[in-house]
Amino acid sequence: MKRLGAGSRHRIGLTLNGREAGGWAEPRMLLSDFLRHALGATGTHVGCEHGVCGACTVRLDGAPVRACLTLAVQADGRRVDTVEGLAPEGELNDLQKAFRRHHALQCGFCTPGILMSLDAWLDGRPAPDEGEIRELLSGHLCRCTGYGGIVAAALEAARAARAGDVGEDD
Amino acid sequence: MSTLGTARERVEDAALLMGRGRYIDDMPTAPGTGHAAILRSPHPHARLLEIDAAAALALPGVHAVVTGADARAWSTPFLVGVRQPMEHWCIATDRVRYAGEPVAVVVAEDRYRAEDALALIDVRYEPQPAIVDPEAALGPDAPALHEAMGGNLVSERDFRYGEPEAAFAQAPHTVTTTVRYPRNTCTPIECLGLIAAYDPGEGVYDVLSPFQGPMTLHPVMARALKVPGPRLRLRSVPESGGSFGVKQALFPLIVAMALAARKAERPVKWIEDRLEHLLAATSATNRVTRIEAAVEGDGRIAALRLDQLEDCGAYLRAPEPATLYRNHGNLTGPYRIAHLAVTNRVVLTNKTPTGLNRGFGGPQLYYALERLMQRIAVTLDLDPLDVIRRNLVAGDAMPYRAAAGAVLDAGDFPATLDYGASEGALDALRAKRDAARAEGRLYGIGLAAAVESSISNMGYITTVLSAEERRKAGPKDGAVSHATVAVDPLGAVTVTADSMPQGQGHRTVLAQVVGDALGLAPEQVTVALEHDSQRDPWSIAAGNYSSRFAGAVTGAAHLAAVRVREHLARIASQRLNCPAEDVRFEDGRIFGAANPENDLDFRRVASLPHWSPGSLPDGVPPALRETARWTPPELTPPTDDDRVNSSAAYGFIFDFCGVEVDRLTGAVTIDRYVTTHDAGRRLNPALVDGQIRGAFAHAVGAAFYEELAYADDGSFLSGTLADYLVPTTCEVLDPLILHRDVPSPVTPLGAKGVGEGNCMTTPVCLANAVADALEAAIPDLPLTPARIAAVIHGPEGAPPTEAPPGR
Ligand code: FES
Ligand code: FES
Repeated sequence: MKRLGAGSRHRIGLTLNGREAGGWAEPRMLLSDFLRHALGATGTHVGCEHGVCGACTVRLDGAPVRACLTLAVQADGRRVDTVEGLAPEGELNDLQKAFRRHHALQCGFCTPGILMSLDAWLDGRPAPDEGEIRELLSGHLCRCTGYGGIVAAALEAARAARAGDVGEDD
Repeated sequence: MSTLGTARERVEDAALLMGRGRYIDDMPTAPGTGHAAILRSPHPHARLLEIDAAAALALPGVHAVVTGADARAWSTPFLVGVRQPMEHWCIATDRVRYAGEPVAVVVAEDRYRAEDALALIDVRYEPQPAIVDPEAALGPDAPALHEAMGGNLVSERDFRYGEPEAAFAQAPHTVTTTVRYPRNTCTPIECLGLIAAYDPGEGVYDVLSPFQGPMTLHPVMARALKVPGPRLRLRSVPESGGSFGVKQALFPLIVAMALAARKAERPVKWIEDRLEHLLAATSATNRVTRIEAAVEGDGRIAALRLDQLEDCGAYLRAPEPATLYRNHGNLTGPYRIAHLAVTNRVVLTNKTPTGLNRGFGGPQLYYALERLMQRIAVTLDLDPLDVIRRNLVAGDAMPYRAAAGAVLDAGDFPATLDYGASEGALDALRAKRDAARAEGRLYGIGLAAAVESSISNMGYITTVLSAEERRKAGPKDGAVSHATVAVDPLGAVTVTADSMPQGQGHRTVLAQVVGDALGLAPEQVTVALEHDSQRDPWSIAAGNYSSRFAGAVTGAAHLAAVRVREHLARIASQRLNCPAEDVRFEDGRIFGAANPENDLDFRRVASLPHWSPGSLPDGVPPALRETARWTPPELTPPTDDDRVNSSAAYGFIFDFCGVEVDRLTGAVTIDRYVTTHDAGRRLNPALVDGQIRGAFAHAVGAAFYEELAYADDGSFLSGTLADYLVPTTCEVLDPLILHRDVPSPVTPLGAKGVGEGNCMTTPVCLANAVADALEAAIPDLPLTPARIAAVIHGPEGAPPTEAPPGR
């Protein structure tokens, strides 16, 4: 097992949104700080640094995690996906478009974390009811929207994802 | 086709959805920029004896430690809104007065090191007794926070309008209630932050931040830094991660970090963490209100008496005591009450200083007023809807001068109430309540009505002074807003304005407003709202507060755009051979009304003032750029008898809801919520509803979950988001939103503010429903299960003293 000295910096290499990326981090550096300040991926936001608000949510090897409760060294050699990877060509994906259509954001600070949670969950092609969506989203705090638009956008994106599947099967 | 009044998608959203927003912590910094961390007092009240920072300074990577001694050398205490010998420094000098007060700032090469250094600073305190409760703080034995003041009462004023004593003497009934509104805060998901720099050559402080105004605070900061205004350059970032007023609290930190940049001889970046934010950023005022009405048998209110005790925390921080006076002119709410007596007292306690927070005074006022309305209905055995309705200002009485001076500008309150009750199916809700009660369930219905004040009069706060003091100080009134519409050499249109938005979509609305005036699609209008106090036009009223955007800022933008249109019409009239009045602007084309086929391209006409000023008709300025200033003439200074039109436009709200209380646990579930608004003309209905939903969610938090709680000894108890409970998707249902719009005659486009109203009506509407469900007096907010269970089951017994056997 790799031994890390508390006072020294270590080279961290990971795959960020499909591309190799790397930088230096002390063992205590949070993944949220590493992404934002070492790699310049500032789309991931920090709202509490104690795991409650969900703004920092990213996907680590596909699974949603709180980047503020994860150390940068834990991401070494792994795949990290952030909000910047959702629209790689600058074209919003279906989920993002649904957010815009339903006014599911105002200040946009909570939005990247919510998008990443939903992105991971939509991969399972769920057929949710509103209650399930609300349960899922209860891990995120939004202070601007009152959540109504977010729930509506998530329901619509889930419908679109399933419709896409049906289209492909036919 | 004009898009004004349509639910356009927002121009802001694409970048935000891609993670490409530019918030303060995303902004580029100069090489060598230092990172600050703040050492905060653990004591609510203590003498500050000595600070030893040697070990911190010896830590590699630490650039500077800034303390009260530096504050004394380079700054002065902040100006206070009333005459009191109170010294509030940006960093504590000889005493700390609330848990979390800044004691020192460390600047280091990164934030991790700065926080390491905090642990190495040795501070010697001599703890003093602390006082938390505002009523106790007035007692003769209460410890005085500011020794020179003698006591903790900062301000006391009595107001009398009409003949309240006579009305009380004659009225058959008197109904009274006392409420204690708690401390809460809107906690934007992005905390505070800034990047400060100092230029020693010219002595200029330059601070980039999501500071939102009010720009009344600019002179306060400049004076504290001992520089003329232009040498404090405040620049705002493109994006702010929410504020709801809260980021006004940046101002003392702007001064502290400006000093830190000066001492560290490098730019300094500071990003607040959540623990600091909850502990020490700001709070709404907690207020004790005793409210009393003289009532006729049918529920009509003849007179009102208000005794308000406002707790502003450890210092009266500008613009306080504004929370107490923001609604002064409309203390009688939407009601026709001719006689009014008011006693206002402002007190200091060992808690975080208060400031702007969505609703700003409205939640506190309406919690008392609308609880009283419910108490009147219960006491006189009347229908609460009838009690509200009988007291509303009538539609044909508009504009209506309220007892304390507000001029309610427009609206038909009774008609809006009736519309809300019928469209929202209040009768069906009553039937549901009856059915639930028949089954033995605790189900209740609550109502609330309010006027939502917007566009604050710069003079309202001077109502805290006597007429004599006001005469000496000179008049204060109005609410100036600025907007600029410019046309570039290729005919493209840009808009700037003195709003500093925090996510509300102001760029979208301004693009709609200006596009509407010029016959352009919103996409053809570029809006830039990054404000620079050295370069952009602004006045003392500038900023993003008091819901001034919809009425005032869009109004100024509209006026500027109309002026540009008039110039272009004159240019075009020469080419179209028609009078300028007949020139029309649509879909990027310009044409004469009589001959629409003969049209000109907007860009060609609009670029002419750049390329050929010599060929312009007389009076058309070269290089087209128009700045409009607007202030509502209705906003005059307080009169000698203390009447003040505290706001320019007044929306109306009527809410009702049904809730169910769990008899066992005391938990409340909102079953149905209906909110009916008259927000004047709605410029973008989707954004209006977004504001209503957002305020509603804050209010659900205020009603049931949120409290910045303190122990009796002054220690702070709500330091994380696991203690300070912000409602989630599972607690906030989607309210039914109804509209009945009556345009304001005061604002240029007829819009009224809408972003704060539900913070005023919803907490009390929910509380009234809980009171109705319990058919009993209710505890103070937040109505937590434990508090409600205590009403149902009586107070909890003492915990068992012995461990249960077998464990
Ligand atoms: S910043 Fe990670 S959960 Fe709030
Ligand atoms: S959009 Fe501002 S916090 Fe969610």
